[in-house]
Amino acid sequence: MTVGLTHIIVLSTALFFIGMFGLFTRRNMITMLMSIELLLNSVNINFVAFNKYLYPAKMDGVFFSVFIITVAAAEAAVAIAIIINLYRTHKSIDVDDVADLKQ
Amino acid sequence: MMKELLYHITAFKSLPLGEVGGAALWIILLPLANFILLGLGKKYLKNMAGVLSTVLLFIAVVIALSIAYHYFFIDGKQNGVYQTITICQAHWLSLSPTMNVELGIQLDALSVMMLVVVTFISSMVHLFSLGYMKGEERYANYFAYLGLFTFSMLGLVAATNLLQLYMCWELVGVSSYLLIGFYFEKPSAVAAAKKAFIVTRFADLGLLIGILILSFNTGSFDFQTVIQSLTNTQSSSFISITASSFLGMSTLTWGLILIFIGGAGKSAMLPLHIWLPDAMEGPTPVSALIHAATMVVAGVFLVAKLFAVFAIDVTALQLVGYVGSASALFAAIIACTQTDIKRVLAYSTMSQIGYMMFALGVSKYGGEEGLGYSAALFHLFTHAFFKSLLFLCAGAVIHLVHSNEMKDMGGLRKLMPVTHIAFLIACLAIAGVPPFAGFFSKEEILSATYKNNKGIYILALFTSAVTAFYMFRLYFSIFWNKSFDNHHHEHHGEGTITMKLPLLILMLCAAAVGFIPFSEFISSDNHPFHSAIHIGFSILPVVLGLCGITLAAFLYFKQNDRPDKIVNSIQVLYKTAYRKFYVDELYLFITKKIIFNGIAKPAAWIDKNIVDSCMNGVASITTTISATIKNMQSGKVQQYALYFFAGVAVLLMAVLYVWK
Repeated sequence: MTVGLTHIIVLSTALFFIGMFGLFTRRNMITMLMSIELLLNSVNINFVAFNKYLYPAKMDGVFFSVFIITVAAAEAAVAIAIIINLYRTHKSIDVDDVADLKQ
Repeated sequence: MMKELLYHITAFKSLPLGEVGGAALWIILLPLANFILLGLGKKYLKNMAGVLSTVLLFIAVVIALSIAYHYFFIDGKQNGVYQTITICQAHWLSLSPTMNVELGIQLDALSVMMLVVVTFISSMVHLFSLGYMKGEERYANYFAYLGLFTFSMLGLVAATNLLQLYMCWELVGVSSYLLIGFYFEKPSAVAAAKKAFIVTRFADLGLLIGILILSFNTGSFDFQTVIQSLTNTQSSSFISITASSFLGMSTLTWGLILIFIGGAGKSAMLPLHIWLPDAMEGPTPVSALIHAATMVVAGVFLVAKLFAVFAIDVTALQLVGYVGSASALFAAIIACTQTDIKRVLAYSTMSQIGYMMFALGVSKYGGEEGLGYSAALFHLFTHAFFKSLLFLCAGAVIHLVHSNEMKDMGGLRKLMPVTHIAFLIACLAIAGVPPFAGFFSKEEILSATYKNNKGIYILALFTSAVTAFYMFRLYFSIFWNKSFDNHHHEHHGEGTITMKLPLLILMLCAAAVGFIPFSEFISSDNHPFHSAIHIGFSILPVVLGLCGITLAAFLYFKQNDRPDKIVNSIQVLYKTAYRKFYVDELYLFITKKIIFNGIAKPAAWIDKNIVDSCMNGVASITTTISATIKNMQSGKVQQYALYFFAGVAVLLMAVLYVWK
C-alpha cells in the first residue's frame, strides 16, 4: 500500500482536531501551548504534502512550512515568557485563574 | 487684526460736513464708552459713575448740536435739497458677492434731528438721575444701562441699513428690559420687564420678516438702495414685488405691514400696547427717556424712514393711519380713568404716538402734500420735550410723596414751585394751548389730517379735547385739589439743583420749540417748504382744548363729589375704561386658555409621550442587548478561542456554500 495524499490529509486533519480539542479542554497553559504547536504542525504537513503531490517541481509549500516553524518557535518563546510572568504574579498557570482580561 | 479692521473701514469720504462730520462717530461711541467703563469699572467708580456718564453725554450733546447746525444751516443742503450723507462705513458681512452688510453712520435730516433729540433728552435724564437715583444700591449699573440704551438708540437713528437698524432695535429692547426690571426685587417689575420684552419681541418678528421681504426683493439692506428701487415703478424689483401676491395683497404691502407691526410693537400701538403702562415699573427718569421721548417713537421713526415706500402703497399707509388714530383715542379715554400718575402719562404717550402715526398715515409724499410727514416728526420733536418734562416732574413728585397714586397727592404747588410751573407748562403744551410747543405741531397734524381724511380728523379733534381734560385732571389733582398732608413726611423740598435744572431747561424747550419752522428742515422728500398756521383753522381745536381744561378744573380744582357722581352715573363705561377695555384680559384669555390649552398642552403631551418614549425605547433596547451580550466577555481565553474558531467555521461554510 502506497501512502497517498488522502492519507496525509486525514493525518493532518486528525492532528488539527486533536490540537483544537487540547486547546479547548486543557486548563494548563503549557499544555495549551503544546496544542497550538499541534495545530501549526498539521498546517505544515498540509503544505509539504500538497507541494509534493500536486506541484513537485516547485518549493513554495516547503518554504512556507519553514517560515511557520520559525514563527512557531518565536511564538513559543513569547508564550512561555508570558506564562512565566503570569506564574510570578498569580502563582498559577491555570488559564481560568487569569480571567483579568474581562476588566 | 487691527490693520484688517481699519482696512475695512472705508476712509471718511470727502465730507460736506467738514471736520464736524467725522465727530458724528463720537456721538455714538461716547455712550458706548460710558457703558463699557461703568460696566467694567463700577467697583472703582461708585459715586463718580453718574457724574462721569453725565459729562460724556453732555459732550455728545455738544457734538450733536454742532452737527445739526452744520447740517441744517451750512452745508447739508445742495440745490435746495437736504442730502443724505454717509459719514463712515465699516464692512461687516458679505452675504453674497452683491449683497453686503455694512455698519456705519448715515445722516439725513431725520437722523440729525433724532440725534439731537436723543442726546439732549438723554443728557437731561442723566442730570436728573444724579439726584433721583442717589443712594441707590446699583447706582453705577443704572448709568451703565442708560449708556447702553443711548448708544443703541443713536445707532438705530443713524443706521445705514435695515440690518443695523434691526440690531440696534433689539439692543434698545434689551436695555429697556434691563431698566424696567431695574428694581428686580419687586415681582411686579420683573413681570413688567418680561411682558415688555416678550410683546415687543413678538412684534419684532414682524419687523424681521418685513425687512427680509424687502431686502430679498431689492437685493440690498441699504436704506437708499431699498428706497430707490422700491419707489422707481420701472425697476425690476418693484415689478416683481408688486406682481406676486399673498391673500389678496401684494408682497410689498405685506412687507410694509410687517415692518409696521414691528414699529407698532415698539411704539405701543393698538393692540400691542399692553407692555407700555406696565413698563412704568422702572425708575421714573427711565420712563421719561425710554418710554416717553425716545425708544417708543422708534416705530414712528421707522415708518418715516421708509416713508417714500409707504407712500406708494395705499393699503399699508391707510393701516398706519387707522391704527394710529384708534390708538390715540383709545389711550386718551383710558388715561381719563387711571389713578396712577405714571400710568396716566404712559397712556398719554401712547395717545400722542398715535397722533404721530396717523399724521404719517394721512400724509402724501413730496412737497406741501407731505405736510403730514413733517407734522408727525414735528410732533415727535415737541412731544419729546414736554413728555420727558412731564415724566421728570412726576419723578420729582414721586420723590417727595413716595407714592404713584393720585389720591396721596394734592396741594403740592407750594412745596414744589419749580415742578409746579414746569408741569403746568408741559400740560399746556400737550393740551395744544398756544403759544406752547404742542400747539404748533398739533395744528400741523390737524390741518394735514383735515385735508386728507375727515374721519380721522374728527377723531383727532375729539382726542385732543380728551387729552386736555386728562392732563389737567392730573395737574389739578397733583398740585391743587386738597391741601397736602405733610405731617408724616420729613419735608426735603424739591430735590437738588441737578433735579431742578433739567426741569427748567426742558420747560424752556417745551415753551419755545414750537416756533421752529419745522417743515423747512424736515420734509418727506427733503425739499424744505413753508407751512403757515391758519388762525381761523386753529380756533376749533384750541377752544375744544380749553373746554377740556375747564371741565377738568370744574371737577378737580377743589375737592368735591362731582367726579364720584359722574363715575356712578356711567359706572359700566367707567369700569371698562378703568380696566383698560379688558385688553390685558383678552391677551390672557388668548394665551392662557387658547394657546396654552390648544397648542402648548398637546405639544407637551406629544413631547412627553411620543418623543420621550421613543428616546426611552432606544435606551432600554440598548441596555437589554448589552446586558445580554456582556457575558460573552468572560476573560476566559479558551472561550475567545472557541468564538474565533466558530467564526472561521461559519465563514468557511459561507464561502463554500453561499458565495461559491
